[in-house]
Amino acid sequence: MAHEWIFIGILLLLGIVFASLPLVINSIIAPRKPHPLKNETYECGMETVGDTWIQFKVQYYIFSLVFVIFDVEIVFLFPWAVAYKELPFFAVVEGVIFIIILAGGLLYAWRKGALDWV
Amino acid sequence: MPEVRVGDLLVSLYDLLGWGLSELGLYPSVVSILQKLVAGFILANFCLLTPLFTIWLERKVSARFQDRLGPNRVGPYGLFQGFADIVKLITKEDITPASADKTVFNIGPVLAVMSVLGIWAVIPFTSTMVGTDINVGILYSVAVGAIGTLAIMMGGWASNNKYALLGSFRTVSQLVSYEVPMIIALLIPTLLAGSMRMNTIVQEQQVWFIVAAPIAGLIFLISGIAEVGRAPFDLLEAESEIVAGFHVEYTGMKFGVWMLAEFLHAFTVSAITAVVFLGGWRGPWVDQYPLLGIVYFLIKTYFVSMLMLWIRVTVPRVRIDQMNDLNWKFLVPLSLAVLVMTALVDKLIPVDFSAGSRSLILFLANMVIVVATLLVLRGVSRKEQAAQSDLQAEVNSI
Repeated sequence: MAHEWIFIGILLLLGIVFASLPLVINSIIAPRKPHPLKNETYECGMETVGDTWIQFKVQYYIFSLVFVIFDVEIVFLFPWAVAYKELPFFAVVEGVIFIIILAGGLLYAWRKGALDWV
Repeated sequence: MPEVRVGDLLVSLYDLLGWGLSELGLYPSVVSILQKLVAGFILANFCLLTPLFTIWLERKVSARFQDRLGPNRVGPYGLFQGFADIVKLITKEDITPASADKTVFNIGPVLAVMSVLGIWAVIPFTSTMVGTDINVGILYSVAVGAIGTLAIMMGGWASNNKYALLGSFRTVSQLVSYEVPMIIALLIPTLLAGSMRMNTIVQEQQVWFIVAAPIAGLIFLISGIAEVGRAPFDLLEAESEIVAGFHVEYTGMKFGVWMLAEFLHAFTVSAITAVVFLGGWRGPWVDQYPLLGIVYFLIKTYFVSMLMLWIRVTVPRVRIDQMNDLNWKFLVPLSLAVLVMTALVDKLIPVDFSAGSRSLILFLANMVIVVATLLVLRGVSRKEQAAQSDLQAEVNSI
């Protein structure tokens, strides 16, 4: 069981190595002439005004929250889908009821206006 | 010494390598790790060099779509344009803005490539050739792909640039939203195959799942395009609004690595679509010659890739509220409805039905959903039109 995952570890490691290699080569052979104007934050030629790392639009939080709810519930559906072929009809209906409750949650968020971009 | 089968050449070579290494007197676990290292090295090279060809193909084909010639200077038909671009990018100065968070700024592109490459570990090229056939393949591919979202957020946030930050906000709200219909669409093949193992899903497709689950396939394709962030869902790097989105501040090869990750991600989504809905390596004579599976797999992958390109050059960019509406008010309810329908209908079909008639019944049930969806959409648009003409009448009366 565990040996199946070794390949994934190796591949992810290779991904890091293969992606950093061109960056390392770049840092060796590329010219380097830093200049205060060049290292400035890019913005239509003017200095940026104010801080960038600030609080942002609440709408993004709401979509993330709706996503988290859905994602967790869908993860519960995967075992049901895998076992689907062995399940009796009653258990399938139970899964369907679960999905309908999920859809009810979506409908609630929709009616509350959480899905509207304002 | 293991026998070398021409029909399954690459796997035979893999076995031969293991045999040769164990003849040297190494421990079996060391041999297995060395074998996996070599296989992973080849797979990573394949994955990172394919985008060079895919980028050329996309530029060439989209040029023909727009009545241009496309790259045609470097090599025959401009085939070496990608290599020229890499040479150019790698010799460019790498500027890190003084106000950026340097560590996170540098980790971003590397993490993006890593996450996409990780998906290829579970994609079956032939019936025997798959990196590792874990029993949670589909879930794993979604989970590892989601690290890419984190990488984009890291890159955008660490740049300390307002355009980049806006780009990564849009990225997170888009990629995270479209993951929901994408996973629900993937639940349907899981349900039909009874397994999350990629190779089992391909083996179960006596009839391609696109026949039994056409709506799920379409939803997966649409949300896949959104996951990759291409037109019409490219508002996370909309040039006319936020310059280039999350990678405004990246220059030189770091920008190149972002591009590589993006193109590889597009290719990966096509590959998953081909595996899960179009029967992966299935095709004539694969039973005798499993190696042929690679050809079928790549043909199907490029077919989906070109389909995505066609959509990209045809459809204009959507607005952010349209993007969210399409996802939460259309794709998510539709995918839930299709999931419920598939689960109930497939259970009601008697067990002794053949795969063909089973797929046909599911296809017809899908068509019922298509008709119902169109009726609902027509009702909604009529209501909206009526509201609009009422408003117009009110304005006119004033």
